[in-house]
Amino acid sequence: MIVERPRDLRIKKIFAHGFLILFLAFITFPFLMVVSISFREGNFTIGDIWPRNPTLEHWYLAFGLDYVRADGTVVEPPFPVLRWMWNSIKLGLFAGAGVLVISTVSAYAFSRIKFRGRTALLDGLFIIQMFPTTLALIALYAIFDSLGEVSPFLGIDSHLSVIMVYWSGVVLHIWTLKGYFDGIDTALDKAAAIDGATPWQTFRLVFLPLAVPMMAVIFVLVFIGAINDYPVASVLLRSEDNLTLAVGSRLYLNEFKYLWGDFAAAAILSGVPITIVFLIAQKYLVSGLGEGAVKG
Amino acid sequence: MSAPADAIPQTEAPQYLRWAVVATITLGLLYVAFYLYLIAQPLFAVVILAVGVIFALIFGRNKYYNLRFVFPSVAAILLFVALPIGYTIWIGFTNYSSFNLLTFERAKSVLMSRGSVDKSTEQPFAVADLGDGSYQIWLPEAGLLSAPVSLTEALEEAPLDAASEPANLLSAKDAIKLRSGLQTLTLTTPDGISIQNSGLRTFASLMPDYRELEDGQLERIADGVILTPDHAEGFYFADNGEKIPPGWYVNIGWKNFDRIFNNSGIREPMIGIFIWTVTFAAASVALTFAVGLALAVVLQWEHLRGKAIYRILLILPYAVPSFISILVFRGLFNQNFGEINLILEAIFGVRPEWFTNANLARTMILIVNTWLGYPYMMLLAMGFLQGVPQDHKKAAALEGASPSRVFFKITLPQILPPFMPLLISSFAFNFNNMVLVLLLTRGLPDIVGTTVPAGQTDILASFTYRIAFGFSSTEFGLAGAITLLIFVLVSVISYVNFVAMRRGTEKRAGK
Repeated sequence: MIVERPRDLRIKKIFAHGFLILFLAFITFPFLMVVSISFREGNFTIGDIWPRNPTLEHWYLAFGLDYVRADGTVVEPPFPVLRWMWNSIKLGLFAGAGVLVISTVSAYAFSRIKFRGRTALLDGLFIIQMFPTTLALIALYAIFDSLGEVSPFLGIDSHLSVIMVYWSGVVLHIWTLKGYFDGIDTALDKAAAIDGATPWQTFRLVFLPLAVPMMAVIFVLVFIGAINDYPVASVLLRSEDNLTLAVGSRLYLNEFKYLWGDFAAAAILSGVPITIVFLIAQKYLVSGLGEGAVKG
Repeated sequence: MSAPADAIPQTEAPQYLRWAVVATITLGLLYVAFYLYLIAQPLFAVVILAVGVIFALIFGRNKYYNLRFVFPSVAAILLFVALPIGYTIWIGFTNYSSFNLLTFERAKSVLMSRGSVDKSTEQPFAVADLGDGSYQIWLPEAGLLSAPVSLTEALEEAPLDAASEPANLLSAKDAIKLRSGLQTLTLTTPDGISIQNSGLRTFASLMPDYRELEDGQLERIADGVILTPDHAEGFYFADNGEKIPPGWYVNIGWKNFDRIFNNSGIREPMIGIFIWTVTFAAASVALTFAVGLALAVVLQWEHLRGKAIYRILLILPYAVPSFISILVFRGLFNQNFGEINLILEAIFGVRPEWFTNANLARTMILIVNTWLGYPYMMLLAMGFLQGVPQDHKKAAALEGASPSRVFFKITLPQILPPFMPLLISSFAFNFNNMVLVLLLTRGLPDIVGTTVPAGQTDILASFTYRIAFGFSSTEFGLAGAITLLIFVLVSVISYVNFVAMRRGTEKRAGK
């Protein structure tokens, strides 16, 4: 390790690059395949890895446009992909905003405001949240089924219901933000208190501006989490126009109606923006992930 | 911070505004609670009532100022995490299912509102066209005329009133064209009797099928059969033992658990599914950890160039939304026209049956999950590897230790303790990773000879999901009981994780 002979080093380098490139070939294979499939004619494998007669049909359909084939037949889009995408983005934005409000306020309280049972409450919340929401789906269905009789906005097949469930996933974020607030010098709140600020004002005018970078990370995490969610949305959303991408995309690969080509185009169309958001944010996300998980 | 006092703007809203907001929200919650009570959901009503009262207390009284900050998060978690958990457990002790879906009150009112057309009261009718897309129904024998109706296919109700014959009556032929709208129309006479379309040219009175007797029994008017409510089964039973749907849900004690443990059609597949769940979660953690760590070690190598590009490409599987990747694999692995089998056949001449052979299906799930999960482990490992002091490695190398020995004796023991809580949470995550199973295989291939749908690749969570929300069965009660068992397992994992995390935190703090 300390004394490396140049020849050994070169062989090692070739070996390392070779390993990585081979591995990447396997890893990226599905992505390359999907791009190729999205330009291929028809919805089945005809036997070509490389599309022989590239067509934009699947892309037209993914964008919600009718496609006129060469023989004059008109193909209509099978599913409202853009609509689903909008639904997903909407749910993600509202979930992210709500979680931010709830978690910053609570994290501030858990970090700075003294009240009885503070530690016990935080521990309690943490233990409750360790039960995955996916296990309470039956009850969530029953609860929103009942609430739906009070008002359809609170019921099954309403986006508000799904968003409220997402809002409950805040504990990990409270934990992360609390760790962050704990690191802020207490001289700051004392100064604010001396200047006559109420705890709420201290929070809004001192702590909130300081937490903006952390909040951005949490927002992206919640946004991506909401877009990726399948179980909650699949149970609570019913009508085709209300579905999210995660729930709707599944309809493409139904045993009886297998739309492989259409799915490929729709998958790229919807996957690329989310992937870009993630890649831009990943540098911050990763440090956030590690801290959220180990910081106390 | 030496800002003057007036630098802090006075942002407190006026007192009356705050009161108005608090009062509105409280009243809204109380209304929801009351409504839930009215539709016979006392449990939810009590919960919402409690939330409303606590909200009013905390935001209404300055004494509880400090609690205002934590109220939203605690309320959200109690309402949408804790309550559902508790309620799911309660459902596990009921027979809540597609057959016993309603509350008793609702089931009874469904039966009471059932009616049949009484042929003896048939009378002719005519339709008057008002010209603006609405119509009136004229019953000449009774001399009654309805309020204007639209006669669309939606359900519609309208009262009847005594009147003289209207103008613009449609011919019988034109009236028949409106048949679909007429069939969804219910008219009410001034005496309160419901009248419906009973034939091409007639309307007739709707007679209720059942009459309530004093002791809670129902009498079927047509044949005098007495229906007795059975609160152990959640059904009305006729004298001859016939079950009359719809049923309502009742507490059935430990019967669901009895079924799980004593019905071999459920117990056998569940044991298999449990073993597979643990295997799947453990194997997923081991595989993703091994692959991720190996890649991290290679990427950390000081002589490697192009690290940034490798890193970005290697985390792609983590960046792409997982539901898309999983569905892409579902297509690629397709037995008949999937690209993977296409390539395998061209090179090796085999077409593995990824979706019908149990072992291959499980292998496929593990391949896909490793693909999905290794970047997370890689990113974490890269972070932890940086924390391993170079001196230790150098000292070991000087002593003549081989690189692999250095790795297993120096590096791994140092990164494993901080990694432990993350590995446990990864195990817990995969233990309930039903998205992967539901999107990739739906649990297929099926296990033969089971009484509930169960598949070879089902994990406990997806098994429960399919029992509760499957195409063929919606047995919420049974699913709730299984969920309780999963809760017990998850509790153990969570507790271990909690302890591990605490220990990790203390260690860090102690350093």
